Amino acid sequence: MTRKQRRLAIIGSCGFVLAVAAGLVLFAMRESIVFFHGPSDVIDKAIQAGTRFRLGGLVKEGSVVREGQTVTFDVTDTSKQVRVTYTGILPDLFREGQGVVTEGVLQAGGLFKADSVLARHDETYMPREVADALKKQGHWQQAPAKPQS
Amino acid sequence: MLVEIAHFSLALALGLSLVQMVIPVWGVRRNDMALARVGEPAAVGVFLLLFFAFGVLMYAYAVSDFSVQNVAENSHSAKPFIYKLTGTWGNHEGSMLLWVLILALFGALVAVARKSLPDRLRSGTLAAQASVTVAFLLFILLTSNPFNRLDPAPPEGNDLNPLLQDLGLAIHPPLLYIGYVGFSITYAFAIAALIDGRIDAVWARAVRPWTLAAWLFLTLGIAMGSYWAYYELGWGGWWFWDPVENASLMPWLAGTALIHSTIVMEKRDSLKVWTILLAILTFSLSLLGTFLVRSGVLTSVHTFATDPQRGLFILIILMVFIGGSLALFAWRAPMLRQGGLFAPVSREGALVINNLFLAAACGTVFIGTLYPLALEGLTGAKISVGPPFFNATFLPLLIPLLLLLPFGQSMAWKRGDLLGTAQRLATAIIIGVVATVMIFAVTYGGPVAAPLGIGLGVFLIASAVWDLGERIMARASGFRAILARAAGLPRSAYGSAIAHAGVGITVIGIAATAWATEDIAVMKPGDRLSRGGTTIIMQQIFPHTGPNYREMVGRFAVEVDGKERGVIDSMKRTFITRNNMQTTEAGIRSFGPSQLYVSLGEIQPDGTSVVVRMYTKPLILLIWIGSVIMALGGALSITDRRFRVAAPAKPRARAGAGDPHPQPAE
Repeated sequence: MTRKQRRLAIIGSCGFVLAVAAGLVLFAMRESIVFFHGPSDVIDKAIQAGTRFRLGGLVKEGSVVREGQTVTFDVTDTSKQVRVTYTGILPDLFREGQGVVTEGVLQAGGLFKADSVLARHDETYMPREVADALKKQGHWQQAPAKPQS
Repeated sequence: MLVEIAHFSLALALGLSLVQMVIPVWGVRRNDMALARVGEPAAVGVFLLLFFAFGVLMYAYAVSDFSVQNVAENSHSAKPFIYKLTGTWGNHEGSMLLWVLILALFGALVAVARKSLPDRLRSGTLAAQASVTVAFLLFILLTSNPFNRLDPAPPEGNDLNPLLQDLGLAIHPPLLYIGYVGFSITYAFAIAALIDGRIDAVWARAVRPWTLAAWLFLTLGIAMGSYWAYYELGWGGWWFWDPVENASLMPWLAGTALIHSTIVMEKRDSLKVWTILLAILTFSLSLLGTFLVRSGVLTSVHTFATDPQRGLFILIILMVFIGGSLALFAWRAPMLRQGGLFAPVSREGALVINNLFLAAACGTVFIGTLYPLALEGLTGAKISVGPPFFNATFLPLLIPLLLLLPFGQSMAWKRGDLLGTAQRLATAIIIGVVATVMIFAVTYGGPVAAPLGIGLGVFLIASAVWDLGERIMARASGFRAILARAAGLPRSAYGSAIAHAGVGITVIGIAATAWATEDIAVMKPGDRLSRGGTTIIMQQIFPHTGPNYREMVGRFAVEVDGKERGVIDSMKRTFITRNNMQTTEAGIRSFGPSQLYVSLGEIQPDGTSVVVRMYTKPLILLIWIGSVIMALGGALSITDRRFRVAAPAKPRARAGAGDPHPQPAE
């Protein structure tokens, strides 16, 4: 091989791998990105049934119904609410009145079928998306946080 | 009083770091070697001061001194003693102090390792390293002081997040930090080389052990974090493509590329500019990881109290160091003497391919991690980029890399021979294919990915062993000669073979997760839950009280293929000290590298039955065992003789910096 061919071979293979990587990223961006919506978004924007997204808000007090492994509850941002059903074990910090983020698909009747309920790591922690969704509704107040931290 | 002295010693360390940063550069400029060497005692001094400060903080935790705000917020007198100690870095301030302590430790080690480094390089490196120390000490003193006092002192502390009260997570941060921060040394080396305008094989040889050390600790740290997530979160998953995990994976990928590109630079005096860039990028990604995790941009278990001021401060540090070093690179890199070109089919060619794939894979992780943040900042739309994205981008880039790995490993320098290499690898290829076919036949009807992945892993291991064997056997006849050759082979050859075999083992563990099963059932004492040949029988549920928690214990008898195999205790803990926060302590029983994993969910309203998750995880432990073996390989390479010998007194004559003199291809 001449010097020029070698250089071409190296630059060519670099270009090829980078092009493949860029193609993969663009393809995956279209296919596998999930949007986040609060309950008001879901109802006001009339999101179509069959759409996959993340739904976040507060678990409405008194709305949790357990039947064996299936749990049904309302996710609310205090003005609108969406009924959620989920089968499986809930994260340790799932409680009524607390923030929650679920991922799943909206069904035809307006029921949100979640296939994951995201774990939180701390009992005082509010998912940022949930905090923002609540702020949008004007109902957000700083939780009566402990004086420190 | 002790606490105030520790606070003062932090400030002293800042002053001394400034000395370490400025004086050596000045000394080198004036060609005054006495001044240039001031950096060495200064680096040792900074380390001792920080060591003292950290020790005092740990002592305050040990004796539960709640007059220290940091201790009051993150500790509790009833907490087990070991977690009092490890709680020192289980919070923002303490963990940042650990960060700079390790930074100073590496600085001191460079200062002490005097034999192996040319003078000018050492002075420059220490100065560049000190600049990072200065920035982070300022950060601690101005925004995150761990030595603030509370007056009056509260009678009891706030306790540590229960998830962090775990031995695995106690050693995860130090390991990870040694990795992150270790790359600051390669970064400092790169900056010193750019300023000095000289870079050669001596540089590569000096940098390589540090890079290997940082890489191996980062490997262990990531593996430990992954294992912790697996057993502590109670979900049975080991990698979630969570942004925080990605933040540690990116420097690992770049660092892996770096340890390979320095080999090319050392052996073939090539790829210089790229290696320098990679050294800068690797540490930049470490800083980015620190920023993402510490600033509160991402929310996770790593985010302690968040404070926008801190985020801004780290962002400024980030911009100064990344922007500054890249600007320096853009200015000085064209002046470095370029290395030669080389044949595409050769070991160096293969290492370029390795770098290319690792860099591209790192790029996809980078985009997947930062795109949601950028999009939210620009348009306000909130999206999440989850496992599907990474599976569709990262895996297609990593698999060809792994397939090509053995070829590169057994190819000759300068002029490789693809056909010859393939012939030499024939045995390993056949072993891999046979393994795939056999496993496919045995598990017919199961997932196809698993046998393919295991075949790949077996191929990696077989080729590593085979390659080593060939090197030992080559031209040697008789047992003695073989032993002599085996002893004479450089340790780095063993190191790389072991590390690559470790990759194969991890690949097998990952592939086998395709066979994992998950069953959920509501169980009460006497109920059975079976999957395959494995059955668990619930025996009882009973309450139990620990030092700072209450728990419900579910006890299960295990039967495998009809034989009794002991019991599993699975717990649901409630931490009274933390607002009744609950954690799940999964019950895990290992059968060789495979595990049976049982976790408890909600206690049902009737009070006697509980939701139970049972997972079978074939070969899962291989994921982490492979990582540890990779790290062992790295450790063995560090002890290679060529890193221990003294640097040549006079590094080769300088071919005037900026001389663009073209090199013949070979």
